[in-house]
Amino acid sequence: MSITGKSWKFGDHINTDLILPGPVMLLPFDEQPKFAFQANRPGWAEKVSDGDVIVGGHNFGTGSGRPAARSLRELGVTCIVAESINGLFFRNCANYGVFALECPGISDFIEEGDEIEVEFGQFTVRNKRTGEVLQGKRFPNVIRDVMEAGGIYPMMEKQGLLEDPNPLTA
Amino acid sequence: MFYMISAEARIWEVAMGMTMTEKILARAAGLETVTPGDFVTVNVETAVVIDQNFMHNRMREPKKVFDPDKVVIMLDHIAPADSPMRASMHKAARQFADKHGIRKFHDVNSDLGICHQLVADFGYAVPGTLLACVDSHTCSAGAFNCAARGIGHPEMSYVCATGQTWFPVCETIQYDLQGELVPLLNAKDIILKIANAFGEHAMHNVEFVGLGISKMSMNSRRTLATMCAEISAEFAVFEADEVCEAHVRERNPSVEFEAQFADDDADFAEKRIIDLTEIEPLVAYPDTVVENARPVMQADQEHIDQAFIGSCANGTLDDFEIAARVVKGKKVAQGTRFIVTPGSQAIYLEAIRRGYVETLMEAGAIVTNSTCGACCGYSNGILAPGEKCVTASTRNFKGRMGSPEAEIFLASPATVAATAIRGKLTDPRELL
Ligand code: SF4
Repeated sequence: MSITGKSWKFGDHINTDLILPGPVMLLPFDEQPKFAFQANRPGWAEKVSDGDVIVGGHNFGTGSGRPAARSLRELGVTCIVAESINGLFFRNCANYGVFALECPGISDFIEEGDEIEVEFGQFTVRNKRTGEVLQGKRFPNVIRDVMEAGGIYPMMEKQGLLEDPNPLTA
Repeated sequence: MFYMISAEARIWEVAMGMTMTEKILARAAGLETVTPGDFVTVNVETAVVIDQNFMHNRMREPKKVFDPDKVVIMLDHIAPADSPMRASMHKAARQFADKHGIRKFHDVNSDLGICHQLVADFGYAVPGTLLACVDSHTCSAGAFNCAARGIGHPEMSYVCATGQTWFPVCETIQYDLQGELVPLLNAKDIILKIANAFGEHAMHNVEFVGLGISKMSMNSRRTLATMCAEISAEFAVFEADEVCEAHVRERNPSVEFEAQFADDDADFAEKRIIDLTEIEPLVAYPDTVVENARPVMQADQEHIDQAFIGSCANGTLDDFEIAARVVKGKKVAQGTRFIVTPGSQAIYLEAIRRGYVETLMEAGAIVTNSTCGACCGYSNGILAPGEKCVTASTRNFKGRMGSPEAEIFLASPATVAATAIRGKLTDPRELL
């Protein structure tokens, strides 16, 4: 399983309030993704396109457990590679069907716009511009399976665990 | 020969030593041992569901809830409702409880409060067990020797359906707390010191032990445990003592538990000693908590528009007491708004009985109902562009309390109260 995409670079400590600001959560769900990074990178949400990947620094996704990963998925982001990833955000990525990989050294390895190939058998990142390969941190296949299935809800649907449609929501 | 066998046995035992977190995970997974690098499937003892789960299809409803007695529901982030959408969210939560027979329901009444505060005050945080909730500050329950973790909305759906979830077993960093905080200092100052000195702790557990713990109230321990979300810790677990166990027994008399202690030969990624007597009031500058604090004494002297005390970290009776002490007989500065939000309605009532609310209001504070409120920019103190706020809550992220063009400084309740009086960042020791 591998993912290839154009990279957008972000720094350290990117938090979920930046991806999905509190006041934005009042809006209808479909309108929320376009406010991603409005405070730290205005205009980004219009530029990102389907299949792009994010390359982050340390502590990516720190903060609230809100569905920030889902916003990025809706904008077309398929994969996030970062120096380190907040554990809750990593879980949300998997559960919303966004591939995520911790990969120490990635910030210096990639320049913004580089096309990268992230391989989830060996957990490596290849910079297509330089041809170099960097080793990421492995995680179990069961989590990769959740990512590949498009998140935990499609899996739960298959197992017949969920009411469909969801009856209880505002 | 016998000697050789026993030597081998000892080596085997050495390899088996576990940290508190590892022991709790092993118990929850039904395993003898776990080791860093493992991924474990665990049974959740307590599942905490909150109002935020019931909007925008965030948490999909399971056909059947695994065990209604293990699920607690709390309306907290915006309660009472401020809009038809949020009113529908609360209504959906009530319907969910009714449909699945969930009796532990904290509605908009005298049982209302911020989820992590209520988890502490109702004894839902059970030592030696595992607790899960959508919310990132769930680690708060770690003050009670409970391995507690925020897991996001979709995973809460899975937990409600199956009673299970998974965790990576991470390496653990031990903090040995020594000495005692000087008066007016707060566990908030401890975490800012740790965040400054050691940065983020992503993919690491943190554990707190040491004589310093016994000098900290359960409120204070919980402030510290809660704030471990800000250093991206996986789990944050305190060693239990008599105070901790008595707290749980008193509030949850029917529960049986067994607190977990680290083995003498447990393997830690690092052991760090923190001398609490050396800590001074710190303030984190806007946008990030990690590696971003300075002594309040050296802070810039700009005008502060809003001073806020509240949230799951600092809405306790301890925080009311200290805030009232700092502002007693003084007036909030011209042009500064001072907003205080209790962690629960029960705390609110007790703060009224003890006279703290009167003192605060006489000084010019607005004391609101209990809710997350200003902490997450939902209600009760939202910031306009260009405003500066000092907050005793959990986060200072850009845009968190309203406009992304506002600046948020994060500090202790005493520092916030002193700042409300002076209208600029003030070390509380200057006022008393
Ligand atoms: S008080 Fe703030 S940090 Fe705590 S649960 Fe509410 S929004 Fe989250």
